[in-house]
Amino acid sequence: MKVLRDLFKDYRFALSFCVLVVLVIMALLSFFSPYDPTLWGVVPRDLEPSWEHWLGTDSNGQDIFWQATFAVRNSLIISLIAGLVSRLIAIIVGMIAGYKGGTTDRVLMFISDSLLVIPLFLIMVMLSMLVRQFMNLAVLGLMLSIFGWAWDARLIRSVILSLREREFTQTAILSGTGTLRLVLNEYMPFAMPLIFSTLINNMSWAIGLEITLAILGLVKMSIPTLGTMLNWAITYQAILLMRWWWVGTPVVLSVFLFIALYWMSVSISEYLDPRTRIQRVGAQ
Amino acid sequence: MEKLLEVDHLTKVFSLGSMLSRVRITAVDRVSFYVKPAEIFALAGESGCGKTTAARMILGFEEPTSGAVVHKGKQGGKSKNKKVWFTEGVQAIFQDPFGTFNPLRRVDRYFFETIQNFKLARNNGEAIKLIEEKLNAVGLSYEEFSGKYPSEFSGGQLQRISIARALLTNPTLLIADEPVSMVDASLRMSIVNLFKKLKEVSGLSVLYITHDLATAYYVSDRIAIMFRGHIVEMGPVERVLMDPKHPYTKLLRESIPEADPKKRWKGAITLSEMEYEEYLRAGCKFAGRCPDATEKCKSEVPQDVYVDDVLVKCHQYTGNQDL
Amino acid sequence: MNQTILWTEQLKAFYVLDLHGTQTVVKAVNEVNLEIQENEVYGIAGESGCGKTTLLKALFGAIEPPLRLIGGKVYYCLFIEETDVSSLSAEDKRRLRLEYVSYVPQGSMSVLNPVLKVKETYRDFIESHVGGKTREEAYEIAGRQIAELGLPRKILDAYPHQLSGGMRQRVTIALAALLKPRIMICDEPTTALDVVVQRGVVQLLRDIQEYLENTIILVTHDMGVQANIADRVGIMYAGKMVEEATTETIFGNPLHPYTQYLINSLPRFGDKTMRESVPGSPPSLINLPSGCPFHPRCPYVLDICTKQMPSFTNLEPNHKVACWLVGEGEDGKAS
Repeated sequence: MKVLRDLFKDYRFALSFCVLVVLVIMALLSFFSPYDPTLWGVVPRDLEPSWEHWLGTDSNGQDIFWQATFAVRNSLIISLIAGLVSRLIAIIVGMIAGYKGGTTDRVLMFISDSLLVIPLFLIMVMLSMLVRQFMNLAVLGLMLSIFGWAWDARLIRSVILSLREREFTQTAILSGTGTLRLVLNEYMPFAMPLIFSTLINNMSWAIGLEITLAILGLVKMSIPTLGTMLNWAITYQAILLMRWWWVGTPVVLSVFLFIALYWMSVSISEYLDPRTRIQRVGAQ
Repeated sequence: MEKLLEVDHLTKVFSLGSMLSRVRITAVDRVSFYVKPAEIFALAGESGCGKTTAARMILGFEEPTSGAVVHKGKQGGKSKNKKVWFTEGVQAIFQDPFGTFNPLRRVDRYFFETIQNFKLARNNGEAIKLIEEKLNAVGLSYEEFSGKYPSEFSGGQLQRISIARALLTNPTLLIADEPVSMVDASLRMSIVNLFKKLKEVSGLSVLYITHDLATAYYVSDRIAIMFRGHIVEMGPVERVLMDPKHPYTKLLRESIPEADPKKRWKGAITLSEMEYEEYLRAGCKFAGRCPDATEKCKSEVPQDVYVDDVLVKCHQYTGNQDL
Repeated sequence: MNQTILWTEQLKAFYVLDLHGTQTVVKAVNEVNLEIQENEVYGIAGESGCGKTTLLKALFGAIEPPLRLIGGKVYYCLFIEETDVSSLSAEDKRRLRLEYVSYVPQGSMSVLNPVLKVKETYRDFIESHVGGKTREEAYEIAGRQIAELGLPRKILDAYPHQLSGGMRQRVTIALAALLKPRIMICDEPTTALDVVVQRGVVQLLRDIQEYLENTIILVTHDMGVQANIADRVGIMYAGKMVEEATTETIFGNPLHPYTQYLINSLPRFGDKTMRESVPGSPPSLINLPSGCPFHPRCPYVLDICTKQMPSFTNLEPNHKVACWLVGEGEDGKAS
């Protein structure tokens, strides 16, 4: 597709795309894992990397490479759920607040501002302790999404507020377009770069928060994620004991994931920015 | 005499400023006029005279403080009636051709949407034929139009496309808000000639809002001159512009640059400094700059008087009222 | 004959744009030769997109990427010496500006700093070009100039947003004239202004020119304004000058078909006969037509017009045209 070709000309997109492809492949590999990630003692403990165990084994008796594939898969799933659900809420709230204005706007923004002001971390800690038993990927993802939409709702609302005054809104009304179609067809293209870049940022944030919660032991430890792997490694003193393969794996994977997500968000939002888009259209 | 559009004592008051110092500006003050079928009516005046606010009220984008707008016998301007209003035959085009269309969408989308929303065609083929018909009426072809974004057209072309879109519903009244101000002087004729042609061929009426009196003279049948919210002179365009009665109309008429180096301006004029001060005057709003102003002008708002078929709002004429 | 104060030789300035790998070249100023005298008002007319603003930027020496000087030179005649402006350093150019040549850009109503009172903006200008004046002295200079130009003194104490659009435009022009420059370059000073305000601005420019006896180069597409203020007019089309003559000649005897269209398309009072505007649309400066750029829209087009660009030749003293119909002694079908 022409769009992809244009995007690939940006080195940041190309590199981050490759990294993400590699990580997704890793995640898919998890379906072929010969070991069950939730069991302990399936392989000898604390072995260094070798041909049989590519990244060695950990103190729980798990092969680190196959653990990592599950970790990457689960972390990606959590962040995708968190990101997508919070986008959805942000778009709906932002659109309604921006177009309707008046009391609806004030009420919605009040809710959104409250969520921004509440000390997030304390609430997350409390919530995690409460739902620890029922914790699974989806629940964690939803929890994160409840707190991720407030900022972007306000951004989307300001985009819509400014677009409402433009003349093409009047043209659309004169063409008989109803309110919902108007906002979707006319305003969404302007909000797209915002939504994309905040999606990817939100995913980064979700992974970061998940890792933080996991290190503090607030999520279900039996589900392998990047955070829980780190938690186990720290609990078993892997740094002190120089078991670099155990600590290093989740750290390196996380770093790659964050950089790749950041570069991808920056390059896509530059591409989608209405101003450069218009320039591109004119030059064709 | 049938009136296509009637505006009756339309008023809009804006309240500006903070809680401590509120200023009430009457942007449109009891403006009344009517437009006949197959007529081009110009609403002219400089910026800040209230013509754009009046247009927005007529189209329903702004709530009037008081007064009524009636089209073909139906009250308009209320948001619930908007869609009906437009199917009944009122459409509009705006000043900035590049602002009229969303720069991120293809221009033909608006056409197809209008056709779908107003059920003007039964299938895609009919829709394209209808679009082609309207494009030809404004001097464009379907091939050079289809699939393009607004930035691929020139200002003059876009403005004509805007008119074609407005014509899709076969309106009886087209409200044109400064349609040629952002188009080069040399290209204005093509757009304004279109209005003439549409009036003659399909009986379209145009409410032509502008500050360019030269094109207003060229294309309109009747004209109303607005100043700071009041209509100060109104009547057949030949009378109003060739033989102006109100001092403001005279000033406007003299200040139009003629494309003839032998007819250069002579004499100096004074300009207003703080616009809003003029709005807040009691009495005639032009009294501050009027060469014929008297004490009465500064305290009393003049009445509307008919002189030779022309409505004038000036104390000079209240003595010789024709009935 | 008046002394020539600014001239160009085969001036070529293009925009070179690089977007996602494709390079586009916009030929905004394409071999322009101008000679502008002292003590005259020279008008440049043409449609939007014909390159007038770029020409002004080149004349002012403000050529910055993506605009590039591809060829030709711009000369000022500074106190008897010729100076090649394109080769000056940034510091030299800065000293030239405001004192010798000043520029009033398009839409200059927004040029004034919104958080400074007008007298502060004046002080700013004065301090950056004429050192060693105290605050009071700077206000004095400002006040004197404002009074000389017939503007009300109280605008000095106002913020820009308190003044009307026309007043702001006049303040910007007054600022440009503050240090009595020999050349003033104005880009569309009257566009977007009301008719009466426009007259006030034109009046101000005329007063300044009479008082300082300097040169004003004025770009506008409004031929009515040109008729009212210019001494000579140059018509620009697609990056080239196509006709140049005194105002009376241009309006009385236009020879180039484009000029004829420009003048005939203006509505006149007392005359409601049908008028035509120029057919078609202006060419894209990226994809210019071959030969004479006007040939696709010209009603008298000849075969040679599609192949070769006619040169800008002197027909009579003070009347230059670039057209195969009248120049070069070919078929001579003068309208």
